[in-house]
Amino acid sequence: MDLGFLIEIIPRLAAGVPTTLLLVAQSLALGFALAVVVALVRLQPNPLGAGAAYGFVYVFRATPLLVQIFLIYYGSGQFRPVLEDLGVWVLFRDAWFCAVLALTLNTAAYTSEIIRAGLQSVPLGQIEAGRAVGMSRLQLFRRVTFPLAVRQALPAYGNEVILMVKASSLASTITILEITGIAKTIIAASFRPVEVFVVAGAFYLAINFVATRAVRFAEHRLATASAPTRAPAAPTRQLAATR
Amino acid sequence: MDLSLLAWGDAGWGDQMARGAVVTILVAIAAYALGVVIGAGLAAMKLAPLAPLRWFAELYTTVIRGIPELLVIYLVFFGGGTALRAIASGMFGYDGYIELPIFVTGTICLAVSAGAYSAEVIRGAVQVVPKGQLEAAVAVGMSRPQRLRRILVPQVARHALPGLGNVWQLTLKDTSLISVIGLVEIMRQAAVAAGSTKEPFTFYLVAAVLYLGLTSLSNRGFDAAERWANKGVRRA
Repeated sequence: MDLGFLIEIIPRLAAGVPTTLLLVAQSLALGFALAVVVALVRLQPNPLGAGAAYGFVYVFRATPLLVQIFLIYYGSGQFRPVLEDLGVWVLFRDAWFCAVLALTLNTAAYTSEIIRAGLQSVPLGQIEAGRAVGMSRLQLFRRVTFPLAVRQALPAYGNEVILMVKASSLASTITILEITGIAKTIIAASFRPVEVFVVAGAFYLAINFVATRAVRFAEHRLATASAPTRAPAAPTRQLAATR
Repeated sequence: MDLSLLAWGDAGWGDQMARGAVVTILVAIAAYALGVVIGAGLAAMKLAPLAPLRWFAELYTTVIRGIPELLVIYLVFFGGGTALRAIASGMFGYDGYIELPIFVTGTICLAVSAGAYSAEVIRGAVQVVPKGQLEAAVAVGMSRPQRLRRILVPQVARHALPGLGNVWQLTLKDTSLISVIGLVEIMRQAAVAAGSTKEPFTFYLVAAVLYLGLTSLSNRGFDAAERWANKGVRRA
Protein backbone atom coordinates (compact mmCIF):
# COMPACT_ATOMS: atom_id res chain seq x y z
CA MET A 1 0.00 0.00 0.00
CA ASP A 2 1.33 3.41 -1.05
CA LEU A 3 0.42 6.00 1.56
CA GLY A 4 1.34 8.96 -0.62
CA PHE A 5 -0.95 7.76 -3.38
CA LEU A 6 -3.66 7.06 -0.84
CA ILE A 7 -3.58 10.64 0.42
CA GLU A 8 -3.40 11.94 -3.15
CA ILE A 9 -6.67 10.29 -4.19
CA ILE A 10 -8.70 11.38 -1.14
CA PRO A 11 -9.74 14.74 -2.63
CA ARG A 12 -10.43 13.18 -6.03
CA LEU A 13 -12.80 10.60 -4.53
CA ALA A 14 -14.29 13.15 -2.15
CA ALA A 15 -15.44 15.06 -5.22
CA GLY A 16 -17.81 12.15 -5.90
CA VAL A 17 -19.45 12.29 -2.46
CA PRO A 18 -21.87 15.16 -3.27
CA THR A 19 -22.87 13.38 -6.48
CA THR A 20 -23.61 10.15 -4.59
CA LEU A 21 -25.53 12.04 -1.91
CA LEU A 22 -27.60 13.98 -4.45
CA LEU A 23 -28.40 10.83 -6.39
CA VAL A 24 -29.49 9.02 -3.24
CA ALA A 25 -31.44 12.00 -1.86
CA GLN A 26 -33.40 12.60 -5.05
CA SER A 27 -34.21 8.92 -5.53
CA LEU A 28 -35.18 8.40 -1.90
CA ALA A 29 -37.46 11.44 -1.82
CA LEU A 30 -39.26 10.61 -5.06
CA GLY A 31 -39.23 6.89 -4.25
CA PHE A 32 -40.80 7.41 -0.83
CA ALA A 33 -43.66 9.46 -2.28
CA LEU A 34 -44.30 6.84 -4.95
CA ALA A 35 -44.02 4.05 -2.35
CA VAL A 36 -46.80 5.58 -0.23
CA VAL A 37 -49.07 5.67 -3.28
CA VAL A 38 -48.19 2.08 -4.25
CA ALA A 39 -48.76 0.83 -0.68
CA LEU A 40 -52.16 2.54 -0.51
CA VAL A 41 -53.19 1.16 -3.91
CA ARG A 42 -52.16 -2.31 -2.76
CA LEU A 43 -54.25 -2.06 0.38
CA GLN A 44 -57.41 -0.64 -1.21
CA PRO A 45 -60.21 -3.12 -1.97
CA ASN A 46 -60.23 -2.94 -5.81
CA PRO A 47 -58.49 -6.17 -6.90
CA LEU A 48 -57.41 -4.70 -10.26
CA GLY A 49 -55.48 -1.85 -8.65
CA ALA A 50 -54.09 -4.03 -5.89
CA GLY A 51 -52.96 -6.59 -8.46
CA ALA A 52 -51.23 -3.96 -10.58
CA ALA A 53 -49.43 -2.58 -7.53
CA TYR A 54 -48.35 -6.08 -6.53
CA GLY A 55 -47.10 -6.73 -10.08
CA PHE A 56 -45.01 -3.55 -9.99
CA VAL A 57 -43.48 -4.50 -6.64
CA TYR A 58 -42.83 -8.09 -7.71
CA VAL A 59 -41.15 -7.25 -11.01
CA PHE A 60 -38.89 -4.57 -9.56
CA ARG A 61 -37.84 -6.72 -6.63
CA ALA A 62 -37.25 -9.88 -8.66
CA THR A 63 -34.96 -8.36 -11.30
CA PRO A 64 -31.49 -6.87 -10.81
CA LEU A 65 -31.26 -3.09 -10.59
CA LEU A 66 -28.63 -3.13 -13.35
CA VAL A 67 -31.20 -4.53 -15.81
CA GLN A 68 -33.63 -1.79 -14.81
CA ILE A 69 -31.03 0.92 -15.34
CA PHE A 70 -29.94 -0.45 -18.73
CA LEU A 71 -33.54 -0.99 -19.82
CA ILE A 72 -34.31 2.68 -19.18
CA TYR A 73 -31.03 4.25 -20.34
CA TYR A 74 -30.07 2.07 -23.33
CA GLY A 75 -33.52 0.60 -23.99
CA SER A 76 -35.15 3.99 -24.49
CA GLY A 77 -32.92 4.51 -27.53
CA GLN A 78 -34.94 1.91 -29.38
CA PHE A 79 -38.01 4.16 -29.16
CA ARG A 80 -36.23 7.39 -29.96
CA PRO A 81 -38.61 8.58 -32.72
CA VAL A 82 -41.65 8.02 -30.50
CA LEU A 83 -39.99 9.68 -27.51
CA GLU A 84 -38.93 12.61 -29.70
CA ASP A 85 -42.51 13.06 -30.88
CA LEU A 86 -43.64 13.08 -27.28
CA GLY A 87 -40.95 15.63 -26.48
CA VAL A 88 -39.42 13.54 -23.68
CA TRP A 89 -36.32 12.32 -25.53
CA VAL A 90 -34.23 15.10 -23.92
CA LEU A 91 -34.99 13.41 -20.58
CA PHE A 92 -34.08 9.88 -21.59
CA ARG A 93 -30.91 11.08 -23.31
CA ASP A 94 -29.75 12.31 -19.92
CA ALA A 95 -27.94 9.67 -17.85
CA TRP A 96 -28.78 11.44 -14.59
CA PHE A 97 -32.51 11.37 -15.32
CA CYS A 98 -32.35 7.67 -16.21
CA ALA A 99 -30.36 6.81 -13.08
CA VAL A 100 -32.75 8.71 -10.80
CA LEU A 101 -35.78 7.19 -12.56
CA ALA A 102 -34.44 3.63 -12.20
CA LEU A 103 -33.37 4.12 -8.57
CA THR A 104 -36.71 5.79 -7.75
CA LEU A 105 -38.81 2.98 -9.21
CA ASN A 106 -36.58 0.39 -7.53
CA THR A 107 -36.63 1.90 -4.06
CA ALA A 108 -40.36 2.60 -4.39
CA ALA A 109 -40.98 -1.12 -4.89
CA TYR A 110 -38.99 -2.09 -1.77
CA THR A 111 -40.21 0.83 0.34
CA SER A 112 -43.88 0.24 -0.48
CA GLU A 113 -43.61 -3.18 1.19
CA ILE A 114 -42.06 -1.55 4.27
CA ILE A 115 -44.84 1.07 4.41
CA ARG A 116 -47.51 -1.54 3.81
CA ALA A 117 -46.24 -3.52 6.79
CA GLY A 118 -46.24 -0.29 8.81
CA LEU A 119 -49.81 0.57 7.81
CA GLN A 120 -50.97 -2.92 8.70
CA SER A 121 -49.35 -2.68 12.10
CA VAL A 122 -51.49 0.29 13.16
CA PRO A 123 -53.82 -0.97 15.92
CA LEU A 124 -57.44 -1.12 14.78
CA GLY A 125 -58.53 0.56 18.00
CA GLN A 126 -56.67 3.73 17.02
CA ILE A 127 -58.45 3.87 13.68
CA GLU A 128 -61.82 3.16 15.29
CA ALA A 129 -61.16 5.89 17.86
CA GLY A 130 -60.43 8.33 15.05
CA ARG A 131 -63.68 7.40 13.34
CA ALA A 132 -65.56 7.68 16.60
CA VAL A 133 -64.53 11.31 17.07
CA GLY A 134 -65.70 12.05 13.53
CA MET A 135 -62.46 12.37 11.55
CA SER A 136 -62.74 12.24 7.79
CA ARG A 137 -60.78 9.56 5.91
CA LEU A 138 -58.10 12.07 4.99
CA GLN A 139 -57.83 13.42 8.52
CA LEU A 140 -57.65 9.89 9.87
CA PHE A 141 -54.82 9.04 7.49
CA ARG A 142 -52.89 12.26 8.07
CA ARG A 143 -53.28 12.37 11.85
CA VAL A 144 -53.41 8.73 12.93
CA THR A 145 -52.59 6.00 10.42
CA PHE A 146 -49.68 7.55 8.55
CA PRO A 147 -47.66 8.86 11.53
CA LEU A 148 -48.01 5.55 13.38
CA ALA A 149 -47.13 3.57 10.25
CA VAL A 150 -44.02 5.66 9.59
CA ARG A 151 -42.82 5.25 13.15
CA GLN A 152 -43.26 1.49 12.87
CA ALA A 153 -41.58 1.35 9.45
CA LEU A 154 -38.53 3.46 10.35
CA PRO A 155 -36.06 0.70 11.35
CA ALA A 156 -36.70 -1.21 8.13
CA TYR A 157 -36.52 2.02 6.16
CA GLY A 158 -33.09 2.72 7.66
CA ASN A 159 -31.92 -0.51 6.04
CA GLU A 160 -33.40 0.61 2.74
CA VAL A 161 -31.47 3.89 2.93
CA ILE A 162 -28.18 2.01 3.29
CA LEU A 163 -29.10 -0.28 0.41
CA MET A 164 -29.81 2.77 -1.73
CA VAL A 165 -26.45 4.32 -0.91
CA LYS A 166 -24.87 1.09 -2.15
CA ALA A 167 -27.23 0.83 -5.12
CA SER A 168 -26.36 4.34 -6.30
CA SER A 169 -22.94 2.94 -7.29
CA LEU A 170 -24.61 1.29 -10.28
CA ALA A 171 -25.16 4.74 -11.79
CA SER A 172 -21.46 4.61 -12.63
CA THR A 173 -22.28 2.02 -15.31
CA ILE A 174 -24.14 4.71 -17.27
CA THR A 175 -21.36 7.31 -17.16
CA ILE A 176 -22.24 9.07 -13.91
CA LEU A 177 -19.10 9.93 -11.96
CA GLU A 178 -20.13 9.37 -8.38
CA ILE A 179 -17.76 7.73 -5.88
CA THR A 180 -17.62 4.32 -7.58
CA GLY A 181 -17.38 5.87 -11.05
CA ILE A 182 -14.39 7.96 -10.02
CA ALA A 183 -12.89 4.95 -8.21
CA LYS A 184 -13.06 2.90 -11.38
CA THR A 185 -11.47 5.66 -13.42
CA ILE A 186 -8.56 5.93 -10.97
CA ILE A 187 -8.09 2.13 -10.80
CA ALA A 188 -8.06 1.84 -14.60
CA ALA A 189 -5.42 4.57 -14.86
CA SER A 190 -3.19 3.62 -11.92
CA PHE A 191 -3.76 -0.13 -11.40
CA ARG A 192 -3.75 0.40 -7.65
CA PRO A 193 -7.09 -1.09 -6.63
CA VAL A 194 -6.28 -1.53 -2.94
CA GLU A 195 -5.67 2.14 -2.13
CA VAL A 196 -8.73 3.21 -4.14
CA PHE A 197 -10.87 0.57 -2.44
CA VAL A 198 -9.75 1.71 1.00
CA VAL A 199 -10.53 5.38 0.38
CA ALA A 200 -13.77 4.88 -1.58
CA GLY A 201 -14.91 2.24 0.90
CA ALA A 202 -14.22 4.58 3.80
CA PHE A 203 -16.42 7.25 2.19
CA TYR A 204 -19.28 4.77 1.76
CA LEU A 205 -18.92 3.50 5.33
CA ALA A 206 -18.93 7.09 6.61
CA ILE A 207 -22.09 7.93 4.64
CA ASN A 208 -23.81 4.78 5.89
CA PHE A 209 -22.71 5.45 9.45
CA VAL A 210 -24.23 8.93 9.38
CA ALA A 211 -27.39 7.62 7.69
CA THR A 212 -27.80 4.90 10.34
CA ARG A 213 -27.37 7.45 13.11
CA ALA A 214 -29.85 9.85 11.50
CA VAL A 215 -32.50 7.14 11.25
CA ARG A 216 -31.89 6.06 14.84
CA PHE A 217 -32.25 9.70 15.92
CA ALA A 218 -35.54 9.96 14.02
CA GLU A 219 -36.75 6.75 15.67
CA HIS A 220 -35.91 8.22 19.05
CA ARG A 221 -37.67 11.50 18.30
CA LEU A 222 -40.78 9.81 16.97
CA ALA A 223 -41.06 7.27 19.78
CA THR A 224 -44.54 7.52 21.19
CA ALA A 225 -45.76 6.75 24.67
CA SER A 226 -48.13 4.16 23.27
CA ALA A 227 -46.18 1.87 21.01
CA PRO A 228 -48.24 -0.17 18.55
CA THR A 229 -49.71 -3.12 20.37
CA ARG A 230 -49.70 -5.57 17.49
CA ALA A 231 -46.63 -7.75 17.57
CA PRO A 232 -44.23 -7.32 14.65
CA ALA A 233 -44.25 -10.18 12.17
CA ALA A 234 -41.57 -12.84 12.42
CA PRO A 235 -38.78 -12.47 9.85
CA THR A 236 -39.59 -14.38 6.71
CA ARG A 237 -37.90 -14.92 3.42
CA GLN A 238 -39.03 -12.46 0.82
CA LEU A 239 -38.18 -11.84 -2.77
CA ALA A 240 -34.76 -10.46 -2.07
CA ALA A 241 -33.97 -8.60 1.08
CA THR A 242 -31.61 -6.49 -0.97
CA ARG A 243 -30.95 -5.72 -4.56
CA MET B 1 -39.66 -5.16 -31.43
CA ASP B 2 -38.65 -8.01 -33.69
CA LEU B 3 -39.14 -11.37 -31.98
CA SER B 4 -37.45 -13.30 -34.80
CA LEU B 5 -34.23 -11.95 -33.26
CA LEU B 6 -34.76 -14.51 -30.51
CA ALA B 7 -34.71 -17.48 -32.91
CA TRP B 8 -32.52 -20.46 -32.08
CA GLY B 9 -29.31 -21.10 -34.05
CA ASP B 10 -27.47 -18.74 -36.40
CA ALA B 11 -30.54 -16.70 -37.30
CA GLY B 12 -31.21 -15.34 -33.84
CA TRP B 13 -29.93 -14.84 -30.32
CA GLY B 14 -32.18 -17.31 -28.51
CA ASP B 15 -29.50 -19.95 -27.94
CA GLN B 16 -26.89 -17.37 -26.91
CA MET B 17 -29.25 -15.88 -24.33
CA ALA B 18 -30.03 -19.36 -23.02
CA ARG B 19 -26.32 -20.08 -22.73
CA GLY B 20 -25.92 -16.81 -20.85
CA ALA B 21 -28.65 -17.92 -18.46
CA VAL B 22 -26.79 -21.19 -17.84
CA VAL B 23 -23.59 -19.27 -17.00
CA THR B 24 -25.60 -17.03 -14.65
CA ILE B 25 -27.01 -20.07 -12.85
CA LEU B 26 -23.60 -21.75 -12.61
CA VAL B 27 -21.77 -18.70 -11.29
CA ALA B 28 -24.62 -18.03 -8.83
CA ILE B 29 -24.48 -21.61 -7.50
CA ALA B 30 -20.69 -21.60 -7.22
CA ALA B 31 -20.62 -18.20 -5.48
CA TYR B 32 -23.50 -19.15 -3.18
CA ALA B 33 -21.85 -22.41 -2.12
CA LEU B 34 -18.53 -20.69 -1.48
CA GLY B 35 -20.35 -17.81 0.23
CA VAL B 36 -22.17 -20.11 2.66
CA VAL B 37 -18.86 -21.80 3.54
CA ILE B 38 -17.25 -18.39 4.15
CA GLY B 39 -20.34 -17.35 6.10
CA ALA B 40 -20.19 -20.45 8.30
CA GLY B 41 -16.51 -19.76 9.02
CA LEU B 42 -17.24 -16.12 9.87
CA ALA B 43 -20.19 -17.14 12.06
CA ALA B 44 -17.90 -19.53 13.96
CA MET B 45 -15.42 -16.70 14.42
CA LYS B 46 -18.14 -14.35 15.65
CA LEU B 47 -19.08 -16.90 18.31
CA ALA B 48 -15.48 -17.80 19.15
CA PRO B 49 -14.09 -17.13 22.63
CA LEU B 50 -10.97 -15.51 21.14
CA ALA B 51 -11.52 -11.75 20.82
CA PRO B 52 -9.31 -11.05 17.74
CA LEU B 53 -11.31 -13.64 15.77
CA ARG B 54 -14.54 -11.90 16.74
CA TRP B 55 -13.09 -8.51 15.79
CA PHE B 56 -11.97 -9.76 12.40
CA ALA B 57 -15.36 -11.31 11.59
CA GLU B 58 -17.19 -8.22 12.82
CA LEU B 59 -14.97 -5.94 10.73
CA TYR B 60 -15.38 -8.11 7.64
CA THR B 61 -19.17 -8.23 7.76
CA THR B 62 -19.52 -4.52 8.61
CA VAL B 63 -17.21 -3.39 5.82
CA ILE B 64 -18.51 -5.71 3.12
CA ARG B 65 -22.15 -5.05 3.90
CA GLY B 66 -21.61 -1.29 3.94
CA ILE B 67 -19.72 -1.01 0.65
CA PRO B 68 -21.22 -1.36 -2.84
CA GLU B 69 -20.75 -4.79 -4.43
CA LEU B 70 -19.44 -3.08 -7.55
CA LEU B 71 -16.49 -1.68 -5.59
CA VAL B 72 -15.71 -5.14 -4.18
CA ILE B 73 -15.83 -6.54 -7.72
CA TYR B 74 -13.32 -3.94 -8.94
CA LEU B 75 -11.03 -4.75 -6.00
CA VAL B 76 -11.06 -8.50 -6.66
CA PHE B 77 -10.90 -8.11 -10.45
CA PHE B 78 -8.03 -5.61 -10.59
CA GLY B 79 -6.31 -6.61 -7.35
CA GLY B 80 -6.72 -10.39 -7.61
CA GLY B 81 -4.34 -10.78 -10.54
CA THR B 82 -1.65 -8.69 -8.87
CA ALA B 83 -1.96 -10.64 -5.62
CA LEU B 84 -1.85 -13.94 -7.50
CA ARG B 85 1.30 -12.97 -9.40
CA ALA B 86 2.93 -11.74 -6.18
CA ILE B 87 2.21 -15.11 -4.53
CA ALA B 88 3.45 -16.98 -7.60
CA SER B 89 6.76 -15.14 -7.75
CA GLY B 90 7.22 -14.92 -3.99
CA MET B 91 6.42 -18.51 -3.07
CA PHE B 92 7.08 -20.45 -6.27
CA GLY B 93 9.59 -18.23 -8.06
CA TYR B 94 7.35 -18.04 -11.11
CA ASP B 95 7.59 -14.64 -12.81
CA GLY B 96 5.43 -15.19 -15.90
CA TYR B 97 2.01 -13.66 -16.42
CA ILE B 98 -0.83 -15.60 -14.87
CA GLU B 99 -4.42 -14.73 -14.22
CA LEU B 100 -7.49 -16.48 -12.88
CA PRO B 101 -10.20 -17.58 -15.30
CA ILE B 102 -12.94 -14.94 -15.43
CA PHE B 103 -15.49 -17.43 -14.06
CA VAL B 104 -13.37 -17.99 -10.94
CA THR B 105 -12.83 -14.26 -10.45
CA GLY B 106 -16.57 -13.65 -10.76
CA THR B 107 -17.35 -16.42 -8.30
CA ILE B 108 -14.94 -15.00 -5.72
CA CYS B 109 -16.34 -11.47 -6.14
CA LEU B 110 -19.88 -12.62 -5.38
CA ALA B 111 -18.86 -15.07 -2.65
CA VAL B 112 -17.19 -12.24 -0.72
CA SER B 113 -20.57 -10.49 -0.35
CA ALA B 114 -22.61 -13.66 0.03
CA GLY B 115 -20.25 -14.71 2.84
CA ALA B 116 -20.84 -11.50 4.78
CA TYR B 117 -24.62 -11.75 4.51
CA SER B 118 -24.83 -15.46 5.31
CA ALA B 119 -22.51 -15.03 8.32
CA GLU B 120 -25.20 -12.95 10.04
CA VAL B 121 -27.90 -15.46 9.11
CA ILE B 122 -25.94 -18.48 10.36
CA ARG B 123 -24.85 -16.78 13.57
CA GLY B 124 -28.46 -15.89 14.31
CA ALA B 125 -29.55 -19.47 13.65
CA VAL B 126 -26.84 -20.92 15.93
CA GLN B 127 -27.95 -18.66 18.77
CA VAL B 128 -31.52 -19.95 18.49
CA VAL B 129 -30.45 -23.49 19.42
CA PRO B 130 -31.12 -23.84 23.17
CA LYS B 131 -27.96 -24.08 25.26
CA GLY B 132 -29.44 -26.92 27.29
CA GLN B 133 -29.41 -29.20 24.29
CA LEU B 134 -25.67 -28.79 23.86
CA GLU B 135 -25.11 -29.27 27.59
CA ALA B 136 -27.21 -32.42 27.45
CA ALA B 137 -25.09 -33.67 24.56
CA VAL B 138 -21.94 -33.06 26.60
CA ALA B 139 -23.54 -34.84 29.54
CA VAL B 140 -24.19 -38.01 27.52
CA GLY B 141 -20.57 -37.91 26.36
CA MET B 142 -20.80 -36.74 22.74
CA SER B 143 -17.58 -35.47 21.20
CA ARG B 144 -17.36 -32.03 19.59
CA PRO B 145 -17.84 -33.32 16.02
CA GLN B 146 -20.77 -35.43 17.19
CA ARG B 147 -22.42 -32.44 18.87
CA LEU B 148 -21.91 -30.41 15.73
CA ARG B 149 -23.27 -33.09 13.43
CA ARG B 150 -26.14 -34.35 15.56
CA ILE B 151 -27.37 -31.29 17.46
CA LEU B 152 -26.18 -28.08 15.86
CA VAL B 153 -26.16 -28.56 12.07
CA PRO B 154 -29.68 -30.04 11.67
CA GLN B 155 -31.29 -27.25 13.68
CA VAL B 156 -29.13 -24.42 12.36
CA ALA B 157 -29.91 -25.50 8.80
CA ARG B 158 -33.64 -25.26 9.50
CA HIS B 159 -33.48 -21.90 11.25
CA ALA B 160 -31.10 -20.43 8.68
CA LEU B 161 -33.13 -21.55 5.67
CA PRO B 162 -35.29 -18.40 5.21
CA GLY B 163 -32.27 -16.10 5.62
CA LEU B 164 -30.12 -18.20 3.32
CA GLY B 165 -32.95 -18.04 0.78
CA ASN B 166 -32.62 -14.26 0.88
CA VAL B 167 -28.87 -14.55 0.36
CA TRP B 168 -29.49 -16.76 -2.66
CA GLN B 169 -31.86 -14.23 -4.25
CA LEU B 170 -29.32 -11.53 -3.59
CA THR B 171 -26.46 -13.54 -5.10
CA LEU B 172 -28.54 -14.46 -8.13
CA LYS B 173 -29.33 -10.83 -8.85
CA ASP B 174 -25.78 -9.70 -8.11
CA THR B 175 -24.47 -11.97 -10.87
CA SER B 176 -25.59 -9.23 -13.25
CA LEU B 177 -22.79 -7.04 -11.86
CA ILE B 178 -20.19 -9.59 -12.95
CA SER B 179 -20.91 -8.53 -16.53
CA VAL B 180 -18.72 -5.46 -15.92
CA ILE B 181 -15.63 -7.69 -15.74
CA GLY B 182 -16.56 -9.49 -18.94
CA LEU B 183 -18.07 -12.83 -17.91
CA VAL B 184 -20.60 -13.69 -20.62
CA GLU B 185 -23.70 -14.25 -18.52
CA ILE B 186 -27.21 -12.90 -19.16
CA MET B 187 -26.37 -9.19 -18.95
CA ARG B 188 -23.20 -9.37 -21.00
CA GLN B 189 -24.89 -11.48 -23.65
CA ALA B 190 -27.79 -9.04 -23.75
CA ALA B 191 -25.37 -6.12 -24.18
CA VAL B 192 -23.59 -7.90 -27.04
CA ALA B 193 -26.89 -8.73 -28.75
CA ALA B 194 -28.21 -5.22 -28.17
CA GLY B 195 -25.08 -3.71 -29.72
CA SER B 196 -25.17 -5.82 -32.85
CA THR B 197 -28.93 -5.65 -33.49
CA LYS B 198 -29.50 -2.05 -32.34
CA GLU B 199 -32.42 -3.30 -30.28
CA PRO B 200 -31.32 -2.72 -26.68
CA PHE B 201 -34.81 -2.66 -25.22
CA THR B 202 -35.69 -6.05 -26.68
CA PHE B 203 -32.64 -7.77 -25.24
CA TYR B 204 -32.61 -6.10 -21.83
CA LEU B 205 -36.29 -7.01 -21.58
CA VAL B 206 -35.38 -10.62 -22.37
CA ALA B 207 -32.71 -10.40 -19.67
CA ALA B 208 -35.26 -9.05 -17.19
CA VAL B 209 -37.68 -11.87 -18.03
CA LEU B 210 -34.91 -14.46 -17.56
CA TYR B 211 -34.01 -13.05 -14.13
CA LEU B 212 -37.70 -12.88 -13.21
CA GLY B 213 -38.07 -16.54 -14.15
CA LEU B 214 -34.98 -17.58 -12.21
CA THR B 215 -35.94 -15.70 -9.03
CA SER B 216 -39.55 -16.93 -9.16
CA LEU B 217 -38.44 -20.49 -9.75
CA SER B 218 -35.86 -20.51 -6.96
CA ASN B 219 -38.41 -18.88 -4.66
CA ARG B 220 -40.66 -21.88 -5.24
CA GLY B 221 -37.71 -24.14 -4.51
CA PHE B 222 -36.99 -22.48 -1.18
CA ASP B 223 -40.70 -22.56 -0.27
CA ALA B 224 -40.66 -26.31 -0.79
CA ALA B 225 -37.40 -26.66 1.15
CA GLU B 226 -38.85 -24.71 4.08
CA ARG B 227 -42.00 -26.85 4.10
CA TRP B 228 -39.84 -29.97 4.07
CA ALA B 229 -37.52 -28.73 6.81
CA ASN B 230 -40.40 -27.71 9.07
CA LYS B 231 -42.38 -30.92 8.67
CA GLY B 232 -41.71 -32.06 12.20
CA VAL B 233 -42.20 -28.68 13.85
CA ARG B 234 -45.22 -28.20 16.07
CA ARG B 235 -47.20 -25.09 15.35
CA ALA B 236 -49.12 -23.05 17.87
